Amino acid sequence: MSTTVLIAIAVVVVLLVAVGLALVVGRRGRGTSAPGADRSLEDGSGNLDLGSRSSTATMERDAVPAPSDVDVAEAGSVDVVEPPVEAPEPDVVEEPATKPSFFERLGKARSAFTGYLGDLVGLSRIDDDAWEELEEALIRADVGVTTSMTLIEDVRDRAKEASAEDGKQVLALLKERMHEELADKDRSLRIDDGETNVWLVVGVNGVGKTTTIGKLGKRLIDEGHRPLMAAGDTFRAAAAEQLTMWAERSGAEIVRGNEGGDPSSVIFDGVAAAASRDCNVVLADTAGRLQNKSNLMDELSKVRRVASKDPGHVTEVLLVIDATTGQNGMSQAKVFTEAVDVTGVVLTKLDGSAKGGIVFAIESELGLPVKLVGLGEGVADLVDFEPTDFVDALFE
Amino acid sequence: MFESLTDKFEGIFSRLSRKGVLTEADVDEVLREIRVALLEADVNLSVVKSLRGRIKERAVGEEVHKALNPAQQVIKIVNEELTTSLGGETIAITYAAKPPTVVMMAGLQGSGKTTSSAKLARWFKSQGRNPLLVGADLQRPAAVEQLRTLGGQIDVPVYSEPSDPVTVAGNAIEEARSTGRDIVIVDTAGRLAIDEELMEEVRRISEVTSPDYTFLVVDAMTGQDAVNVAEAFHDKLALDGVILTKLDGDARGGAALSVKEVVGRPIAFAATGEKLEDFDLFHPDRMASRILGMGDVLTLIEKAEQTFEQEEAEAAAAKMLEGQFTLDDFLEQMQQLKKMGPLTNLVGMLPGLPKEMRDVEIDDREVGRIEAIIKSMTLEERSNPDIIDTSRRTRIARGSGTNPTQVAGLINQFSEMRKMMKRFGGMGTKKAKKNRRKDKKGRKGKGGGRVTPKGGQPGGRVTAGGRVTPKGTKSTKAPLMLPGLDRLDDGDLERMAKELDGFDA
Repeated sequence: MSTTVLIAIAVVVVLLVAVGLALVVGRRGRGTSAPGADRSLEDGSGNLDLGSRSSTATMERDAVPAPSDVDVAEAGSVDVVEPPVEAPEPDVVEEPATKPSFFERLGKARSAFTGYLGDLVGLSRIDDDAWEELEEALIRADVGVTTSMTLIEDVRDRAKEASAEDGKQVLALLKERMHEELADKDRSLRIDDGETNVWLVVGVNGVGKTTTIGKLGKRLIDEGHRPLMAAGDTFRAAAAEQLTMWAERSGAEIVRGNEGGDPSSVIFDGVAAAASRDCNVVLADTAGRLQNKSNLMDELSKVRRVASKDPGHVTEVLLVIDATTGQNGMSQAKVFTEAVDVTGVVLTKLDGSAKGGIVFAIESELGLPVKLVGLGEGVADLVDFEPTDFVDALFE
Repeated sequence: MFESLTDKFEGIFSRLSRKGVLTEADVDEVLREIRVALLEADVNLSVVKSLRGRIKERAVGEEVHKALNPAQQVIKIVNEELTTSLGGETIAITYAAKPPTVVMMAGLQGSGKTTSSAKLARWFKSQGRNPLLVGADLQRPAAVEQLRTLGGQIDVPVYSEPSDPVTVAGNAIEEARSTGRDIVIVDTAGRLAIDEELMEEVRRISEVTSPDYTFLVVDAMTGQDAVNVAEAFHDKLALDGVILTKLDGDARGGAALSVKEVVGRPIAFAATGEKLEDFDLFHPDRMASRILGMGDVLTLIEKAEQTFEQEEAEAAAAKMLEGQFTLDDFLEQMQQLKKMGPLTNLVGMLPGLPKEMRDVEIDDREVGRIEAIIKSMTLEERSNPDIIDTSRRTRIARGSGTNPTQVAGLINQFSEMRKMMKRFGGMGTKKAKKNRRKDKKGRKGKGGGRVTPKGGQPGGRVTAGGRVTPKGTKSTKAPLMLPGLDRLDDGDLERMAKELDGFDA
């Protein structure tokens, strides 16, 4: 099929260009936008600079300039950033004592959500408008329009059956319904004894994969494990530096490769190093990738395959999703699961004003359990997901 | 569930345009569907409500247009409201009379501030400016390192020091003055809108640097919260615009609509890829037309304009239509095409492509395979593939690292395509065809009731101002016509796809 499509596209584009160019040139000719003209000049030169612009992304990624230079530059300037790195250290020591309560930490999300629900609780009868408001409250929490509609319909039926009318009763029913959606999931993180466990951390760009690994490292050490971080994000500038700093903070081992190198080989090296250094969990970082870039998703599948080569033993594939993510989170969960068989979700940045309602859609539609929640930038701010608290917090 | 907004609208519109008269119930159904579609695209609920209100008000209002049927009228209104919501014009960057012009970047963690800072620096550089990047993100480990690496790639200096963000920013302005840099781009740490302390810090950075432009960096995948974030940052910093990132993903980008609507500031730039040059001024009209199912024809044409020579392209098109297109021409066109970026991106821009085709994953490596096969042929074989017999096929397969079946598959598909193109081209001279095309365009012939892009064509030709192509003459004459490129409708492509299906490798 794809050859056909390719030919079709080539034909369409060529034809389009033949017709389109004449039109555009005509338009330009009449001296319209100067910025537009500037831009095309600029882009034109861009084309010249990068002849291999459309080669596969893997190749583009390899094209990141001279790794050795980068390393030198990085090494030289680690000091520059050192002071702020030191600052959080004292917290690290103290924090386990005051482990943040999931419930407390969601305070802000809670207040915003009840803001929409506030009026409803006092109603003696939930009319159509009120039902709609209820649905809208869920939509505003990013639960998604389809899931919200299903939830509300279910609750409406139940309310009718139980002849529940007032706001309080209806809310209780909704809460119960939402609890059900999140109940009975295995949210434990699997570590097999006597194996070199590999936890692969994947996700789109900027969701907090590297930070999550940093926090996971600390957590595992506290639990008496010996984690090793593998800096598999060889694409983003200074990603390995970032992970190295986290390794230093938490005391985990780290293996890194060259920027622009092959992520699979870095992770394979990590697994080998873990086996020889007697580390039982490899925390494998990967570069952020948008799920619609199929070549990058292929690359990720390869990383997973390579990671499970002996002595590697992949026990968790954690998909990191940012709580601010809207409905695209579903697509992320679906495509990543297809590519690397995701075993659990880490919901990050839930300490902001975003409610992370996409969890409902992901859990109910795909059955993927949320295992961890990121509630801040501190090293101890990665906590277990507690569905009961989560739902309660939304309603309290 | 995963239907894109574009598909949604296409669905609604095709149903609408089948009806001659639009009843009150129709309007309500459309509005409900539009609500769901917009919400699924992460447009903020409040924005959806106001948008819906405006559409309804206008739809049931007096604006009856003689040339359009009611269905088309609703479509026209939706299109116009979407375009208005996304912002009228592209932002025009002006420069401070007394340099440096200061640009500050702010946003949540992970929205793409550091990468966007570097991309913006590259953009300014291409405008003939001398930017200085400032690493004021001392929070995230190695953020300054990341900026330095990116700065190195585009040859733009980076200023930072291990003090505190406000001091860094203040000193950076001095640094720019003393080193003759006329643009200062301040990359700040990601912060939550509800974090009072950090929001105060960013306000102080703003105070110290008094930026000419303050941009909020927003991830295109952001959900309902985009509005809260934008409002909070706008309150603190008085934003000048928004930079929309990760637009190359499959997120429907409702955040763009929401933020623009709530903050009232334009989306200034959009980032559409991981490479530093994948960054440009934002075109609101194009975004609206993409949402409305038109594909991003203008961007495509612009890209094409940079890579293709017009005469060459015209010659190639003419050859295609006359069935004279050789594998050699095809190879050349493929190579040009490759320069326009990953094919998947291109497909996304093609208008009216049926969902099935749009969703087909195109592996750019496939292009490599095809190239290898064609390059393994002799010139004679390329211009006359019919002479390729078993022995030649085996040789070609060996030369290109493929197998004879693949070679045969390619040749088959190519000749089928050539035949088809010939049929599309029909009879007559190139000139006559061209005129007929234009004529057809002028009459806004078929097109399944789709909306043409606003300002897409020179005045008078087609529908400036987002007018609607009336559904009309069915495409029975299609084989004689070039299926207009902005109007190549689903039927055409489905037929093309179907005809080709049997020839799969």
